[in-house]
This record gives sequence, structure tokens and C-alpha cells, in this order.
Amino acid sequence: MATITLTDLVKSYDDTQVLHHVEGAFEDGEFIVIVGPSGCGKSTLLRMVAGLESVTSGEIRIGDRVVNDLEPADRDIAMVFQNYALYPHMSVFDNMAYGLKIRRIPKDEIRKRVEDAADILEIRDYLQRRPRQLSGGQRQRVAMGRAIVRDPQVFLFDEPLSNLDAKLRVQMRLEIRKLQKRLGVTSIYVTHDQVEAMTLGDRLMVLNGGYVEQFGAPTELYERPASIFVAGFIGSPSMNFFEVTVAEGVATLPSGAKMSSSTTYSGKATLGVRPEHMSPAPDGPLKIEVGMLEQLGANTLVHGVLEGRSEEIVASLPGLEHINVRTTLGFDAPSESIHLFDETGVRID
Amino acid sequence: MLKRVHFPSSPLPYLLVAPQIAITLVFFIWPASQAMYQSFLIEDAFGLSTEFVWFENYELLMEDKQYLDSFGRTIFFSAAVAFLSMSLALVLAGFADRVIRGAMVYRTLLIWPYAVAPVLAGALWVFMFNPTLGIISYALEFVGVNWNHYLNGEQAMALVIFAAAWKQIAYNFLFYLAAMQSIPRSVIEAAAIDGAGPMRRFITIVFPLIAPTTFFLLVINAVYAFFDTFGIVHAVTQGGPANATTILVYKVYNDGFVGLDLGGSAAQSVILMALVIGMTVVQFRFVERKVQY
Ligand SMILES: Nc1ncnc2c1ncn2[C@@H]1O[C@H](COP(=O)(O)OP(=O)(O)OP(=O)(O)O)[C@@H](O)[C@H]1O
Ligand SMILES: [Mg+2]
Repeated sequence: MATITLTDLVKSYDDTQVLHHVEGAFEDGEFIVIVGPSGCGKSTLLRMVAGLESVTSGEIRIGDRVVNDLEPADRDIAMVFQNYALYPHMSVFDNMAYGLKIRRIPKDEIRKRVEDAADILEIRDYLQRRPRQLSGGQRQRVAMGRAIVRDPQVFLFDEPLSNLDAKLRVQMRLEIRKLQKRLGVTSIYVTHDQVEAMTLGDRLMVLNGGYVEQFGAPTELYERPASIFVAGFIGSPSMNFFEVTVAEGVATLPSGAKMSSSTTYSGKATLGVRPEHMSPAPDGPLKIEVGMLEQLGANTLVHGVLEGRSEEIVASLPGLEHINVRTTLGFDAPSESIHLFDETGVRID
Repeated sequence: MLKRVHFPSSPLPYLLVAPQIAITLVFFIWPASQAMYQSFLIEDAFGLSTEFVWFENYELLMEDKQYLDSFGRTIFFSAAVAFLSMSLALVLAGFADRVIRGAMVYRTLLIWPYAVAPVLAGALWVFMFNPTLGIISYALEFVGVNWNHYLNGEQAMALVIFAAAWKQIAYNFLFYLAAMQSIPRSVIEAAAIDGAGPMRRFITIVFPLIAPTTFFLLVINAVYAFFDTFGIVHAVTQGGPANATTILVYKVYNDGFVGLDLGGSAAQSVILMALVIGMTVVQFRFVERKVQY
């Protein structure tokens, strides 16, 4: 078990810098999720921790060892790859035993460990099969098994669920979470799926274009997003944004409607409000011309534009609602669920 | 079942394959059947009369110690050429797979030997190993080896093997490199994380995964060494000294055009032909199905 510390970590390929001064202190046994859009540098960061990419500058520590120049083999880590990367010419048993054989663990100990892991993952019946004789979900389990038999200090996951269908993904997500808590191994998990990130992570590191936008607990990211990017990225459907001018704690929308907020800031700003925080209020400041409904069962999404304008807006109402399109509805939101961001996209309190 | 598409019968398909068939007929079937026919004939020493003797030429061959020796020699030669050129190619490909900077230059240089004609390849090695002038034989003298492949049969064989293997390395290299590059990078990375060093990864992961290529190349190299090395032998040793490098293809030529035993030579070439057909069948039967892993 170990802590992981990233200090001023930079990665460049030739002269393009793809990670900029990443900082992070991950605690022992913590489940850290790195999340961000495609190409933001998530995999690169993970692979640097794994030792598969060199460190341009900065420092990576696992426990109290600086691992910058250690081979992957010497870092005591295990990794689950997006395409599973099983050894195609070996049986499931041998796939899981490979790392143990290299570490010269006695034969019966290997057998015991592999069988225990296989029991946990319910792949005991497949131990003699080759990877190509397994389904995607089973392969995924074997890849997990290969990681857990090693009993490493750190687990690394690079989008391990992205090749599974939606239902299996949800199931495996829970299993990974339970397994990680049970084993208590510090884990770093990369995904571009914010729902996956929110459900799995003890803490989330949101990356954007190689910069850390915010690092914190899922609820913190949801309730107090540090930037427009995080605000828009976390939560589904995404937060609504409007250009406003703020003066004396009142934000004025382009339509002239006013919303109160507890800020002392004044000037131009972006106002954000989550669809699920909007509630119907006939005299509310947010008037929606309804364009389309999405009736999801548990809730209803109302899509439209601000009355008389082109800004798009979404509201989420609990339960099944029947609303005629092209009617206009008023909405309001409590001042504590209104987020303001300055012109550089940084949160204003 | 695939659904077949039926076209109204027309002469067009026949016309389209006609050139290929004509070429096969003129350059393969016709000479092959000539050789077959020739192998049933015995000519007298002056070429005045020929006699149809059925399989007598073959029977004579089977009793001919020189022929049987040549057979054994050819098998040794093939095995040595295949082993040498494949293992060198494997090592080179292993390195090329890791190289990033200058990879193009490295690969291009390695592919050149394949473009060299067999006779030239042979000539090159003859120059380097010339007992009096050659740079390598000169170097060998310093380590106490007296190189003279004109007199020493074993050295002659070694030289022919080197030359033949060298020429084939490029081909093997290309196939091995392609095979290695088709292994997903992440599989190798997974092995590295599992604790395997480069050598161990090569032995336990890379080599087993390119087994189908190894098998394919084994057949190709055997065929090459059996049938495509005439030019090299001719340029390097001309089968000598004392037949030490007379492999089967060379013996066909030697017996036919030098010894003027046309019937015997034809019989030998028919046997070679049967061998090549046999190997090709093996090739298709097994390579198409791939070596399973
Ligand atoms: N070998 C490389 N050479 C140059 N640039 C690279 C290399 N590998 C990655 N990059 C660049 O680094 C950036 C980050 O890549 P990375 O693979 O970490 O993205 P990611 O966040 O994992 O994206 P995805 O969600 O699509 O997997 C990308 O802009 C990519 O183009
Ligand atoms: Mg990635």
C-alpha cells in the first residue's frame, strides 16, 4: 500500500508540452479518477506513473521512493489496459500467473493466488481457456485478475470499461469499486466518462488540455466547480450558461431578467445553473420557449431557448411531465445553486 | 453459404485468364513435361541415339552414392541457411522494432541485400574471402585461421552458406519486423509491468506470437536454399572442391551441361520439382490455417 505524490510534473513530446505542472498527493488506499475530454493527457499521465513514458521534468513518488527512473517492473504496480492486453498465446491461468512466475513465487502459492483471484472474479471455470475463447466481459475480468494476483502497491486503470456494453459497464464499475475498497490498494483510474468518474472516485482530478482544472471529491466538484470547464464537464445534462452583468449581488440576464446571488463581484460574468436545480415558477427569471421534451421516466428534460433569444437552455423536472412544445414556461433557481465565473472562466464566490 | 452470383456465360473470363495460362504453359508446363519426358530417355555418349527406358534413370540415381551424398549435403545446407539467416534476421528485427530514431535508414540498409542478384552476392563474398586478396581471409590469418575455400571443403561449404544466408536475411527481416510490429504495444507493456525484462519478453511473448511467421519463413527459406541458390554456388565455388558444395540444383546443372548426362539430369530436376511442389503444399496447408496459439 502506498501514497502517490506528483510534484510539478511536466511531459513534452519534442517541443509540444502535453502536461503542464501537474500536482497531486494521493493517499494510501484512495481511489483517484483522472477525467477529462479526449486528448487532454489522461493516458499520458497514467503511463508516466506506470513507467511507460519518461518524465520530462518534475517528480513522481510512490510511497517514499522517487520512481522517475525506475523500470515499470520495479515500481510494484499493476495496470489494466483499455484493450486488456492479455497474452493471446497463454491460458487464462498462465496470463494471471505470468507476473508471479517472473517473481519466482513457489508453484503452489501461485496456484492458490490465481485460484483465489479467479473465485473473486468468477472466472474459475475459464482458467484453461485462451483469451480469444472469452467474451469481452470475461477478458476484462482476466485483466483485472492479472492485476490483483500480483498484490501490488498501486493499481492503474486506463479506461478499462470502454469496450463493454452499457449494462456490463455499470455492473463492472460497481465490482471494481467494491474490489478496490476490499483490497485497499491505492488506485488511479482514467476515464473520459464523468458518470463513471463520479461513482468510482474518492477524489477526481479533472484535466483539460494538460492542465489540472480541479482536484477534489465528486461532491465538491459538483457543488463548487472551480471553472467553467469543470462546471460544464461534471453533471449530466450539462450546466446552462448565460452571459450576465453583475452588480451589487444581482446578475442581469441578456433578456433583462434579474437573478440574485450572494457575490460582491461586479462586471461581466458567466452565470451557470444546473438543469436539475431549476424549478417551475411562473414569474421566474428564466423563461423557456419549450422546443423539445425528453421523457426519461425518472425525470423529464425540457429543452428550449430563452424567450425571445437564441441561448439554449435545459431544465430537468422530476417524474414524467407532459408539457406542450412551443409554450413558454418560467423557471427559477435558488441563489445558492447559481454559479458565477469571471471572463477567464474562473469561479467567482 | 455464400450466395453465388451467376453471370451469363461469356468468353470474357477465359480471355482474361488466357495470358496467364499461356505463360504458365510456355514457361512451366511445357519445360516441365519436356524434363519429365527427357528423364525417361538415355542417350549414348555421342548423342547419336536415344532409348526410352522408363524409370531406369531414377533407379540409377537411387544407387548413385554421389547423388545421395548431394541430397544429404543439400539438407544440411538448407537447414544451415534457414537457421542462420532466420536467426540473424530475428535479432535484427528485434532491434529494429525498438529503434525509433533513424529507423528508416536502418531498415532501408537492411533491405538492400535482397535487391542484389545472387551471382553478385556470391561474387562479393568471393572477393572478401579470397585466400590471397580477401579482406576477411586476411583478418582470419591473425586469429590463426588459414582460409582457403578452394582447397578446404568445409570452408567452401561455410562460405556458400554465409553468402546464401546473407542474401536471404533482408527478406526474413521484413517479415519478422512486420510480425513484431503487429503485436499490440500494450501486450509488451503489460509484460514489462509484470516484471519481464527485454530478453524475457522476447522469449516468452514476442517469439511465441510470431511463430506463424517463423513457420512460414522456414518453408520459404528451405525452398530458397533448395532451388534458388544455383547462382551463388556457381559464383562462389562451382560445386567444388571435390563436390563439397555440390547441392542438388547445382548437380542438375553439372550432370546435364557439364557431364552431358541429360537423362539423369532431367530425372534429378523432376525430383526437385516434386520436392518444391511438396513444400508448397505444406506451406498452403499449414500456413493458411496458421500455427495456432
Ligand atoms: N507519442 C506521442 N508523440 C506526440 N504526441 C503525443 C504522443 N502520445 C500522445 N501525444 C499527445 O499527447 C496528448 C495527450 O494524449 P493522451 O493519450 O494522454 O490523451 P488521453 O487524454 O488519454 O485521450 P483519450 O481519452 O483519447 O485516450 C494528445 O494531444 C496527443 O496527441
Ligand atoms: Mg487515453
